[in-house]
Amino acid sequence: MRKLFFESLFRGPLTEPAPPADAGQLAELAERLKGAAQRRIGRSLSIRQVDAGSCNGCELEIHAMNNPFYDLERFGIRFVASPRHADVLLVTGPVTRNMKEALERTYAATPGPKWVVATGDCAADGGCFAGSYAVCGGVAAVLPVDLVIPGCPPTPEKMLAGLLALLETVA
Amino acid sequence: MATLTEILSAATSGETPRGWRRAVVDAEGWSRVAAALGAGEGTLMGLWGEPAAVFMAVLDESESAVWILSLNCPEGSFPSVGRVHAPAQRLERTIRDLFGLQPVDAPDRRPWLDHGRWELAQPLAAAPQAPAAEMPPYAFLAAEGPNLHRIPVGPVHAGIIEPGHFRFTVNGEAVVRLEERLGYVHKGIEGLMTGAGLERAARLAARVSGDSTVAYSFAFARAVEAALGIEAPTRAVWLRALMAELERLANHFGDIGAIANDASFSLMLAHCSVLRERVLRVAETCFGHRLMMDRIQPGGVTHDLQADHQGVIRGLIDEARRRFPHLVELYEQTASLKDRTVGTGHLNPALARRFGAGGFVGRASGRGFDCRRSLAYAPYDELLFGAPIVHRGDVNARLWVRVVEVGQSLGLIDQILDGLPEGALTVDSNRLSAAAGEGLALVEGFRGDILVWVRLGEDGTVERCHLRDPSWFQWPLLEAVIDNNIIADFPLCNKSFNCSYSGHDL
Repeated sequence: MRKLFFESLFRGPLTEPAPPADAGQLAELAERLKGAAQRRIGRSLSIRQVDAGSCNGCELEIHAMNNPFYDLERFGIRFVASPRHADVLLVTGPVTRNMKEALERTYAATPGPKWVVATGDCAADGGCFAGSYAVCGGVAAVLPVDLVIPGCPPTPEKMLAGLLALLETVA
Repeated sequence: MATLTEILSAATSGETPRGWRRAVVDAEGWSRVAAALGAGEGTLMGLWGEPAAVFMAVLDESESAVWILSLNCPEGSFPSVGRVHAPAQRLERTIRDLFGLQPVDAPDRRPWLDHGRWELAQPLAAAPQAPAAEMPPYAFLAAEGPNLHRIPVGPVHAGIIEPGHFRFTVNGEAVVRLEERLGYVHKGIEGLMTGAGLERAARLAARVSGDSTVAYSFAFARAVEAALGIEAPTRAVWLRALMAELERLANHFGDIGAIANDASFSLMLAHCSVLRERVLRVAETCFGHRLMMDRIQPGGVTHDLQADHQGVIRGLIDEARRRFPHLVELYEQTASLKDRTVGTGHLNPALARRFGAGGFVGRASGRGFDCRRSLAYAPYDELLFGAPIVHRGDVNARLWVRVVEVGQSLGLIDQILDGLPEGALTVDSNRLSAAAGEGLALVEGFRGDILVWVRLGEDGTVERCHLRDPSWFQWPLLEAVIDNNIIADFPLCNKSFNCSYSGHDL
């Protein structure tokens, strides 16, 4: 273990500079939220991730945001275990009918002010699963969505840019 | 009793397709095969439905052959396999939920994927029904006695993971029963597949389980090629294997870190996630997508490996060879971590064999089955790699199998880069044109054997496609291994299995 620590000490950090907050999403968020939430939560966001039927590809890239290259926590953004501690629900998947109630209950358990981020093409509009008897067809069909981060799956960089835009707008 | 081979040989009708065998049986033949499976002969590899037929895939180890049996069900029922062979039970419940076909004398009559929330009941049957007004609450199995209490967990879990429900019954800290309830991420993939063109079907197949997207695309492409009687060009086949091994590396690095992290050893997670990220970035550079989604298509591959990308991959291999041994050493020398993994979540080898557990779950409990060797497909039939088989069956063993497989995948990538043949990336598009046929393929994904069976119609669209994730036969075993472990060790057991929810729920 000591060897690894020494190596890390001399290797320098792997963490990369932050991507700029996504300009398009910034404008969209400013329009949608109209400054209503400014300075309510300080410069931090707590996120509860909810998989509402994804193929797990989005989850892999959400995990990647926590690795040393992207190091999400340096921005004051962190994942929490309970919706009761969350400001943001990061929802993936086309929202399967079997997950609809669980998603609604998670939303109800999240204290306001709260924001919903639909992550990935499925969450945006059902993606390639739209039209199935088993899916609702996107997060917006169930919850009010504040921000969409497209991609299949979105890269960690894209997700980070979207979350930073949210942080700029609401925090 | 007649051996499985004899029963199956007698049932064979017409010509046998290359690489697998096909038989249409009657109810008696179906029951005899079920009885042979129940008696421990052969391995059940899959069980699925159609509007008026049921299908079974059986591996005959003695002949290294996979049989596909079908039974027509004009009466809407078929003899239960689950009655004599437990691994079939959840598959039969699924057939009933999706197609309305009744397994006669089935021991478990509860629905499985259908939670009473769909727009249709029996959605894939010839005549889907309107759903019942209200489905009764799911009846979990009983566990009663003094001092027992129940802990319901999920479907929304505490971490960044897929949804599923676990119902624990515990006595103090010891788990006396775990029952899983899955189906929360059922998207109706097999329904969407039916009638889809090849391009759309390939896109869906790539999204059955995102962590195994390469393996699923590989399996789907091979199944379609088998149905059309064509073969992808050699260079494409080698590139497919290159992607498959990169995917295995990325997932094993992720898993090894995550298992250690579930014992609160986050240092390992940090270092492993660096290696994982390196693999994904190399994939992005070489194939244009971090997870290499949609890069394998029926007939070939979409991206070629440029000459300068060889060096990029070699650089990755060198770095992994340099850094990974330090992490293995760290794991081996951290007693507090090994204290959590050694002896935890023991899977009995007899159970692993009975359920046909694939991947690291099987190989950590003495079942050496690996499609790449046992049912060798190109290019693995020309490559050298060993088969790590461990018998201890605990979390530590499942982690070790991954460690050994990392080394093997690195070696395989070396061999693929050395021997990568020149040539075309896809077959001529006219060879992919419409032709009816059935095709089967098994591909070794990182968590085990993925089975894809497809039937194409005259117009070249998919008439029926079944995709069976290895998790179908691993999830039930997780219920068995947690027995008598403390509940705090469940995350470790669960992560060491790392079953797919999406791949299972479809």
